[in-house]
Amino acid sequence: MGNRCAVIGVGQTKYRTKRADVSLAGMVREAALAALEDAGLTFADIDSVVVGKAPDMFEGVATPELYLADALGAVGKPMMRVHTAGSVGGSTTLVGASQVQAGLHERVLVVAFEKQSESNATWALSTHSPFSASLVVGAGGYFAPYIRAYIRRSGAPANIGMMVAVKDRINALRNPYAHLKIPNIDLAMVEESMMLWDPIRYLETCPSSDGAVAMVLASERAAEAAGAATGRPPAWVHGAAMRSEPMGMSGRDSVDPRAGRDCAADVYRQAGVTEPRRQFATAEVYVPFSWYEPMWLENLGFAEKGSGWKLTEAGATAFDGDIPWNPSGGVLSSNPIGASGMIRFAEAAQQVRGQAGEHQVAAAVDGSRLALGHAYGGGSQFFAMWAVGARKP
Amino acid sequence: MRDVAVVAFAQSEHSFSDLGWTEADLVMPLVNEVLSVTGMDRSEIGFTCSGSNDYLVGTPFSFVAALDTIGAWPPIAESHVEQDGAWALYEAWVRMQHGDIDAALVYGFGKGTIGDQVGISSLSYDPYYLAPLVPGHIAMAGLQARALKDAGFDVDPDPTPPPATDGAAAVILAAGEVARRVCSRPAWITGLDHRIEPHAIGSRDLTHSPSTREAAARAGVRPGVVDFAELHTRFEHEEVLLRRELGLDEKTVVNPSGGPRKADPIMATGLIRIGEAAARIHDGSAQRAVAHAASGPCLQHNLVCVLAADTASDLVSEGER
Amino acid sequence: MTTQASSSSQAAQTSASRASASQTSDERVVHVLEFPGGYTRSTGPVIGRFLTGLRSGRLFGVRMPDGRVLVPPTEYDPQTAAALGTADEDWVEVGPAGTVTTWTWVDDPRPDHPLDRPFAWALIRPDGADTALLHAVDSGSKAAMATGMRVHPTWRAERTGAVKDIACFAPGEGPAEVPALVPAPDGEAELEPVSMVTLPHRLEYRLRGGTVWNHFIDGMAVGQIRGTRCAKCGKVFVPPRGACPGDGVPATEWVDLPDTGVLTTFAVNNVPAAGAPEVPFISGYVLLDGADIAMLALVSDVPWQEVRIGMRVRGVWVPDAERTRSVKNLKWFAPTGEPDVPFEQFEEYV
Repeated sequence: MGNRCAVIGVGQTKYRTKRADVSLAGMVREAALAALEDAGLTFADIDSVVVGKAPDMFEGVATPELYLADALGAVGKPMMRVHTAGSVGGSTTLVGASQVQAGLHERVLVVAFEKQSESNATWALSTHSPFSASLVVGAGGYFAPYIRAYIRRSGAPANIGMMVAVKDRINALRNPYAHLKIPNIDLAMVEESMMLWDPIRYLETCPSSDGAVAMVLASERAAEAAGAATGRPPAWVHGAAMRSEPMGMSGRDSVDPRAGRDCAADVYRQAGVTEPRRQFATAEVYVPFSWYEPMWLENLGFAEKGSGWKLTEAGATAFDGDIPWNPSGGVLSSNPIGASGMIRFAEAAQQVRGQAGEHQVAAAVDGSRLALGHAYGGGSQFFAMWAVGARKP
Repeated sequence: MRDVAVVAFAQSEHSFSDLGWTEADLVMPLVNEVLSVTGMDRSEIGFTCSGSNDYLVGTPFSFVAALDTIGAWPPIAESHVEQDGAWALYEAWVRMQHGDIDAALVYGFGKGTIGDQVGISSLSYDPYYLAPLVPGHIAMAGLQARALKDAGFDVDPDPTPPPATDGAAAVILAAGEVARRVCSRPAWITGLDHRIEPHAIGSRDLTHSPSTREAAARAGVRPGVVDFAELHTRFEHEEVLLRRELGLDEKTVVNPSGGPRKADPIMATGLIRIGEAAARIHDGSAQRAVAHAASGPCLQHNLVCVLAADTASDLVSEGER
Repeated sequence: MTTQASSSSQAAQTSASRASASQTSDERVVHVLEFPGGYTRSTGPVIGRFLTGLRSGRLFGVRMPDGRVLVPPTEYDPQTAAALGTADEDWVEVGPAGTVTTWTWVDDPRPDHPLDRPFAWALIRPDGADTALLHAVDSGSKAAMATGMRVHPTWRAERTGAVKDIACFAPGEGPAEVPALVPAPDGEAELEPVSMVTLPHRLEYRLRGGTVWNHFIDGMAVGQIRGTRCAKCGKVFVPPRGACPGDGVPATEWVDLPDTGVLTTFAVNNVPAAGAPEVPFISGYVLLDGADIAMLALVSDVPWQEVRIGMRVRGVWVPDAERTRSVKNLKWFAPTGEPDVPFEQFEEYV
């Protein structure tokens, strides 16, 4: 794992259907400047910048790190651009953390964004080669069959997905940055919403958002200095890992992917986690469709195979449950695709720093328990995760 | 830093017309070649990183199809940059500094023959002020060539583009004893750094490349003899500028491979510079070599890698003797 | 392996064309990447203010902390990223005439270039500015171009608040007359400040199918589904692949597959999709008999309420006379009427 690494600053934009008031660079700077302010730093204090986002076709700006170098204070510094599909926000964070863990840099700015309103996500995602033999359907059409398979395998009651949707949307009401806020949300409203890709209803899906998120990652020395200067504690990285597996492999379990299990196992080994449900105070997990909560509860070892839905059903993952999942409202409430993974990582960090505001999980701040940040992408094949805590590892 | 070396390098027989190559044709054989050359098993690779660009083929997620050809099972620790493979190598080299893994696989691939390179390159420029004009990479190079000519350099102010090329490259990095085991003469990375300049070309002095100069200083190009340099010169005039900023003298042979002017498989071209420089060490023709990769209009972003037959610690112990 | 799949894998014949799929088509296919209507870009305050200036035929820059004037202006100092342009007094009108700092000649303009005759791209530093902007110079000939020459902008009548409101720069001090603005189609008297620009976007690719694709599609042209088998693990992939995803070695043995299989899982789509049938339509994964991976396909000829996991299905093809070299020859899969296959028998292929 290398040298110690900590989060000393977090910045987010508000997530909206269309941020018509800002340029691309302006939106990204909004998050970056907020992260720097949180860390008590300026661009001049940063050694290296890592930018992540999903396909460039969303905004029609290719390799945007070139254009964004000036806006992000990267001039004269190293700059990287990460792209690992939906997991990119997570992997961008880890690429930045790696530079600190390697002992190469003291302070690294990581930024992820998407301004989906500049085009149309469905268009960008369904662009395909003329030599593609596969049927091209949108993300909903792609993932709905996996969800159906999960329901078939686990025997989960039909209302579990709706319960997740209600829970995350209630959580979003406590998050000032969240995109979708539906004050009177309840099971009936979700059930009455249109069935888009059976078994996925409209209110069980994520929105399409504009937004950006940034973090300042720091070495042990820089983190202690920042914490002393700002009075805001760092979030220490206890474990971090990425795993990928081929999409087209025969026998690959797309519902419970091995890459997800292996990635979690690696993070848990580094962080000394043997009982995730007990040792994590909260988890921010990439759940773009409601049913992915029970699926990932199993994949990440919070529940036995086939019984993830029981935690959701029992309210364990609710804000007042024993293991709150997505207290921020999650991807279901805000989804600037390329940023969504980093938002999970950042929200996990905010929880253990005690900086999560109204959606602060009380158990996350005493330092004895960790928080999990998770992202996935592609055909459920790219995974990035980290475990962060208030105490030094 | 930890001693890490390029222990194997493979590149495709690049093509200057579209042969219908897929990732199975471009990437898979090279990955198997570098594994075979080192005698390494996939399970020994601790990290994999690749570089590619979705706009070259006009579909998103180009790296997904590549991952499906490299035998990523059981699941692998893997990442991807939407940059030249040279930056993928940089990420892998950084990852190896953590100390817990001893080998990494890096590849880059691209098809330059099927798309409109002027249109594609223009999309990577400022989306409000530059992209709508569709200037393209050749015009951007022309602005820099003219500026150099005006400043007294002996360059052709009307640059021609390199040949549109399809191709790929793969490299294995290994650390310490593993490198010595799998390679008789590892090309040790004694320095690796990259820096970026403003994108606002009208605010830059195009006759200088401060990012190259800074990266070269940090990578430790000087002091020391540089036998060969492999430079990411897609246009001829860039050599004179890079030679100066890298501090290379006339004794350094530049681009013995022919360089990007002979083959320019975009997103692999920079990685190939590192591979070619390493190959000169592997074959004993060089003691020390420099590789350079570039990106962006008018050499906006520059990476410098110094490779040597001896590690920094070897040199120290020799000095002690 | 399911019982069903095992028994029928004998029916999956290894074709005689093992590892010798030939390139049967030299044809290059055009692939167009075009976002309809173009990208809509919100400009933010600084770019918007500059573009609003262009619409009225004027050039503005912003002062940087070191006192120099940046044109074209950005919200940040390109060197230090310090915020710029937030105060009115930081804005400076520049030019319109300026000096060419460097240039390059274009013999063959593209349709998306500002000029349809040979021209120069130049970096032009407007008087009063300390940096340069890129635009086209209409000098008539390359010989008329020189670094240090004086140029001035010429303006379009149809100005929308975009960088192409400047038609081009022309040699000399000017200034060129700014033609009266041609009103927007909706005839707004009071023009709002520019906050949005549209960037048309179209890229064309010309590409050939690979050997694997061509052999597959030749099969589809005659109603035959072809897969490839990995030499190492023996798994059969359809659609065929050149590489085994798990082993990373060539999968080059061709296998003819039947068009029957089992539906492993599916979605009922109520959202219309381009190229898809009327909603509700079924998309699902079909594990062909003898194949080792399920393929995403349409399922039809059955009321959507009756579609089941484990349903046996068979391909429905377009009539012989209408077949082309296209995957679309296989319209969809329809139930065979055979008994369902138990979930446990194909669960590993989900």
